[in-house]
Amino acid sequence: MNIHEYQAKELFEKFGVATPKGKVADTAEEARAAAAELGDEIVVKAQVHAGGRGKGTFKNGFQGGVHVVKNADEAADVASKMLGQTLVTHQTGEEGKLVSKVMVADAVDIEKEYYLAILMDRESRSPVIVASTEGGVNIEEVAEHTPEKIHNEVIHPLLGLQPYEIRNLSAKLGFSGDTAKQFGGLLKSLYNLFISCDCSMVEVNPLVTTPDGRVMALDAKFDFDDNALYRHPEIAALHDPTEEDPREVEAAKFDLNYIGLDGNIACLVNGAGLAMATMDIIKQSGGEPANFLDVGGGATQEQVRNAFKIILSDPNVKGILVNIFGGIMDCDVIAKGIVAACGEVDLNIPLVVRLEGNNVAAGKATLASSDVNLIAADTLADAAQKAVAAIAV
Amino acid sequence: MAILVDENTKILVQGITGSFGGRHAQLSLDYGTKLVAGVTPGKGGQKFADTVPIFDTVGQAVAETGATVSTIFVPPPFAADAILEAVDAGVELVVAITEGIPVMDMMKVRAAMVGTKTRLIGPNCPGIVTPGTGENSHGGCRIGIAPGYIHKRGKVGVVSRSGTLTYEAVYQLTSLGLGQSTCVGIGGDPINGTSHLDIMKMFNEDPETEAIIMIGEIGGTAEEEAAAWAKEHCKKPIAGFIAGATAPPGRRMGHAGAIVSGGKGTAEAKITAMRDAGIEVADNPSDMGAALVRAMG
Repeated sequence: MNIHEYQAKELFEKFGVATPKGKVADTAEEARAAAAELGDEIVVKAQVHAGGRGKGTFKNGFQGGVHVVKNADEAADVASKMLGQTLVTHQTGEEGKLVSKVMVADAVDIEKEYYLAILMDRESRSPVIVASTEGGVNIEEVAEHTPEKIHNEVIHPLLGLQPYEIRNLSAKLGFSGDTAKQFGGLLKSLYNLFISCDCSMVEVNPLVTTPDGRVMALDAKFDFDDNALYRHPEIAALHDPTEEDPREVEAAKFDLNYIGLDGNIACLVNGAGLAMATMDIIKQSGGEPANFLDVGGGATQEQVRNAFKIILSDPNVKGILVNIFGGIMDCDVIAKGIVAACGEVDLNIPLVVRLEGNNVAAGKATLASSDVNLIAADTLADAAQKAVAAIAV
Repeated sequence: MAILVDENTKILVQGITGSFGGRHAQLSLDYGTKLVAGVTPGKGGQKFADTVPIFDTVGQAVAETGATVSTIFVPPPFAADAILEAVDAGVELVVAITEGIPVMDMMKVRAAMVGTKTRLIGPNCPGIVTPGTGENSHGGCRIGIAPGYIHKRGKVGVVSRSGTLTYEAVYQLTSLGLGQSTCVGIGGDPINGTSHLDIMKMFNEDPETEAIIMIGEIGGTAEEEAAAWAKEHCKKPIAGFIAGATAPPGRRMGHAGAIVSGGKGTAEAKITAMRDAGIEVADNPSDMGAALVRAMG
């Protein structure tokens, strides 16, 4: 799960990670009031999850989702041109993202930019701190071209961050004296935040030093472990469903795991591994998968019905491939779900069904005796070929 | 032989009174597995299915029944504690079926298990099946949630992250007349107890296993590590399959660990590493059984 920049700032403030002073605003008047409490260089930033905001364009013609202004009136003016408008960046696609909040913050003079991140590393099964003197740029490029400028510190899962590890990183970044002390305090707070909130990643890019000797986090990206959200209702509340594909939001309501893609053959599968493999074989057979959809190992008739509605809500879908390996799950339950779903939605595109496993004979009989117009397939390869052929007609 | 478990292995189930755990405990009993105890705190003294004693703690269950394997069906918030309890009770093997355990919990569990004698399989896995010799492989050891009847006792070792993809492979093998020594689902989470490599080493040493199917998916580098090892050390023919070639980078595909991030964990890299190690990689999931036949020459 991702969060907005202003929410990240609020988390930083809560955990004592130094960050520029600022506030979020829903209206131009709130932006004016927030700016009035700040200095004489103020930055106003549109709050959407997508990157590339600074170079984006609003559909009303206003250029840029990030502006530096000199006073409260200018802040209010810029905010009024962003709020309620749709921002298009290289990451949003043509449809853009509606901006309903802006962040108003002190624009900080930067002496030097650094990179600092903490992530859950699967290989070492530990949190790893990644730091670099090359901040404000794409860290993956730094890692590729100048790997010696990336410094890693693997943290023991049970001991947590140790003072010597902070000293090591501080030395590698070239900090000394009061700067090192400030960096140490910031890193300790950031690590505490990472652990306390079950983050899978927190990336500060850039971390900056200022001419007046301060160390602060200027921008941050968070990723939280979805499996741990049950014990962090305050983090779960930061979730902004308007930032996600509405079909994915709808699927989540029914405990379905759906990810929208760009193709035209929808698939409905039980099990994540088999669902991925089904997408792969569609592509291999010359088609393009429209989605990933795992209905789970114990799907009910009701879930299958809702899954059909969701995949059919995608206007690009020209055909459907159902691939079920009923291990414990009864194939007949799935078959009845398909029949029920087709009875409710006006299905006018080809439907290819491959059922295998537990009680498959009854499932096939249920499908055969219904008036659902479907194409039966024996193996997954057969199903994929039939689906691709069916939409080509 | 087989690996990890056989028809004589005594298992217990933590979370046996939950609906999911109870259902699969019953299916294991039906399969003929020696399920000797259940554990649910507060329900000690009761019986499961009128025959299997339930205990309050794993320690009591192990002392009374001699169980050496525990299966975890405990819900995610309590699963890490349940695993640690089983480790403390000294069981040899813990198989964690539970899906949705926070990564930080698993990180701590793994660190706490260092130096203990217990092996962990999973979490978020379908479990282990060593098929029996009866009808529909009855009489074997079924731990977890796999459908028992698709198996057949034989000589192919199967290791996979995913549940249904394992069943698909097993079904194809059985349909081709090829039985299995042991089928192990290692789970789809980013931090798990046992890797592809660990299981490959066991299959390599197991006299009953004559060939191996290794099924992987996008995310991490576990398949590459197993392939690199196999290239140098594995004496037996191997077939493989990797799911997720079409998955968009940065998106988690159902399994918490199935994600391509920072250019790492792509299907392409895994398939290349496997082919480089002489592994017969199936072109598609319908081809897994046939790929093994090709690998065996």
